Amino acid sequence: MAFDSDILIVGAGLNGPALALALAQGGLSVTVIDALPEAARAQDRFDGRAYALALASMRLLKAIGIWGKVHAQSQPILEIVASDGRAGEGPAPFFLDFHHGEIEEGPMGYMLEDRYLRGAFLDAMAAEPRIATLSGETVVAQETDATGVIVTLASGRTLRGRVLVGCDGRRSGTAERAGIKRTGWDYGQTALVCAIGHELPHNGTAHQFFMPPGPLAILPLPGNRSSIVWSETHANAAAIQGLDDAGYLAALRPRFGDFLGEITLEGERFTYPLNLTIATAFVAPRVALLGDAAHGVHPIAGQGLNLGLRDVGALAQVLVEAKRRGEDIGAIDVLERYQIWRRFDTTLMAAGTDAVNKLFSNDNPILRLGRDLGMGAVNALPGLRRRFIREAAGLTGDLPRLMTGRPL
Amino acid sequence: MQAAETTVNPAEVAKFEAMAAEWWDPNGKFKPLHMLNPCRLDYITRQIAAEFDRDLSAETPFKGLRLLDIGCGGGLLSEPMARLGAEVVGADAAPRNIPVARIHAEQSGLEIDYRHTTAEDLAAAGEQFDIVLNMEVVEHVSDPLTYLAACRQLLKPGGLHLCSTINRNPKSFAMAIVGAEYVMRWLPKGTHEWSKFITPDELCQLLEQAGLKPVDRTGFVFNPLTWGWSLSSRDLSVNYVTASVKPA
Repeated sequence: MAFDSDILIVGAGLNGPALALALAQGGLSVTVIDALPEAARAQDRFDGRAYALALASMRLLKAIGIWGKVHAQSQPILEIVASDGRAGEGPAPFFLDFHHGEIEEGPMGYMLEDRYLRGAFLDAMAAEPRIATLSGETVVAQETDATGVIVTLASGRTLRGRVLVGCDGRRSGTAERAGIKRTGWDYGQTALVCAIGHELPHNGTAHQFFMPPGPLAILPLPGNRSSIVWSETHANAAAIQGLDDAGYLAALRPRFGDFLGEITLEGERFTYPLNLTIATAFVAPRVALLGDAAHGVHPIAGQGLNLGLRDVGALAQVLVEAKRRGEDIGAIDVLERYQIWRRFDTTLMAAGTDAVNKLFSNDNPILRLGRDLGMGAVNALPGLRRRFIREAAGLTGDLPRLMTGRPL
Repeated sequence: MQAAETTVNPAEVAKFEAMAAEWWDPNGKFKPLHMLNPCRLDYITRQIAAEFDRDLSAETPFKGLRLLDIGCGGGLLSEPMARLGAEVVGADAAPRNIPVARIHAEQSGLEIDYRHTTAEDLAAAGEQFDIVLNMEVVEHVSDPLTYLAACRQLLKPGGLHLCSTINRNPKSFAMAIVGAEYVMRWLPKGTHEWSKFITPDELCQLLEQAGLKPVDRTGFVFNPLTWGWSLSSRDLSVNYVTASVKPA
C-alpha cells in the first residue's frame, strides 16, 4: 500500500507546524491534520496570548525560516529580575538580577505574540510544496502495519504514513490510541493570563515575583505593554476571573506594584488550570509524541513552548538523519533515539519547575528566609549566575542542531 | 533463483520468517550489529555521496547505482541502500540467510536481488558494480588477497569499495573477543579468530596489491558512556573501515 506522506502530524498548534517545516526542509513529505478550521487559527487580532522564546528556540525558528517574518514584532528580553514578595509588601531585599550582557550570545530570549507566530507558520506551510494541510479534520482511529501507520479521519478518509507524530496536546488522542498511559498531578493552582498596557517603559526587563499563592511573571511586549502570567489557587483564580475588568485590575495592582505606573487591560483574559502530565513513553511502534502530548509542565519559567521546540529539533534531526542513512524512519530503534534524547531533559525540567514552584509557593518563614538567602547567594556568584542565564536562554544540555542555528 | 523459492515448503518459510524477525530485532541476537549500523550507514552513505556526487537530501540519491553487499546476512545494509534508490545485489555464502533476507525485503516493500553465492563466483560470472560493500567479511576469509582481487574485478572502473574489519592489537583482542564474545555475549564464542584480524596498514597494502587505490580510513569507536558508536578519524584501534577506488 502506498504512502500519502512520509510523516503524518496530528495537531497544527505551534509545535506541529514547526516540525512539519523542519522535516519538509530535510526532504520528507508531511501531512498536517488539525481539528480546527484554518480561519479559526489565522486571526490577526491580539487576543492577549504571547510566548517567551528562549534564545535557542529563536535560533530554531531562524533555521526553519520563521524568525525573519516575526522578528520585527518581537521584544528582546534584556534582563530577568526574580524576587520574592508578598502582596502589598513589594520585593524582598534579596533578589536575582540577570543581565544579557553577562553572556556573549545576546538577549536571553524574545517575547512574541501568539497571532504573529501562528500567522507566520500558516504562511510558511502554505508555501512549502512538501507539506499538505487538512483542516477541520479529526482522527478517529489509527493502526500500524509492517511498514506504516494508517489513520482514519472522521470524514471516513484514510491516510497512510511511515510515522505518526502526536502534537495534540495534554489530552493527546494519538497517545491514547497508541496505548500510551500518562502520569502526573494537579498543582492546585490556576494560571491567569492577560496582557496589560502601562504608563512607564519596561526597558526589556522580565520580572518574576514569587508570591505565596503562586508566581507572577511580567514579560515585556513591544511598546508599553507586558504579558502577565499569574498563578493563584483554583478558588482564588475562579473568583478573580469572575470579576469585571476594573475588579480584575484592582486584584492585580497590589501584586504587581507601581513601578510601571498606571495599568490597563489589553486583549482577553485566559485561565489555565496548572497540572503536570507526562506520557509514560514518548514513542510506540511508528508513533512519536511531542510537546504537551509528551509532557505538559508547569509554565512557571515559560518553558512549555521552549521544551516543545527542543522536541521538534530532536525529532526532526533523528528522522532526517535516519532517512539519509536509508533506515526505516518508523522503526522502533530509530524512534527510541528521540525518546532517549528528550526524556531525561524533560523529566529534569518537570522535576525542576515543580520543585521551584513548591519552594516558592509557600509562606513558611523559614523557607522564605532560606530562599531569600539562596537568591542572594546566586546573585553574588558570577559563575553560578552565568549558568542560570544560559539555562534560561535554553543554551544548556545536548542541543539539537537546529537550536544552534544550523540547518539539518 | 525463482525455482529455489517454489521448492521451499511452508514449515521452512515459517522458520525463515522467525529468523528474519530475529535478524531485525534491535534488541535480539544481532543487537551489536543494530547498534553499529547507524554509524556504518553514515560512513557508507557519505562516501558514496562524495564519490558519485549525490545529494543525500534527495528522495532517492543512489538511483542509477548498482551495489553489491557481500555477506549481506539478513539485509541490514542492503535494505537501506535499496531505500536510497540503489539497485542492490545481496550475496551471502551462508545459504540459510538468503530466504530470510528475501522475506524481510518483501515485508519492507523493497526489491533486492539476494543470491547464495560468493564474490569469486560473481566475478567469474562477469558481474559489474559501481559499489562493493565488504563489511565485516575480510577477517573471516581464508585468503584475503585473492578475495580482495575478486572485489576489484567486480567493480566498474572508477567504482568504490568499502571494507571494514577489526584491527589486530591487544586492545582489539580485549574488546572484540574477550569483551564482545565472552563478557557481553554479543557474539557467539569463536566468531572471531584474533590471528585473522588485520591492521589498517596491512589492509591498505593488500588493497593496493589487489589493484585498488585506498582513499580513506576511519575508525568506528564504541563509547561505553553513551552506549553508542561514532566515527573517528584518529582512533582505528578496534573497528575500522576503509574506502578505496578502482582506477579508471
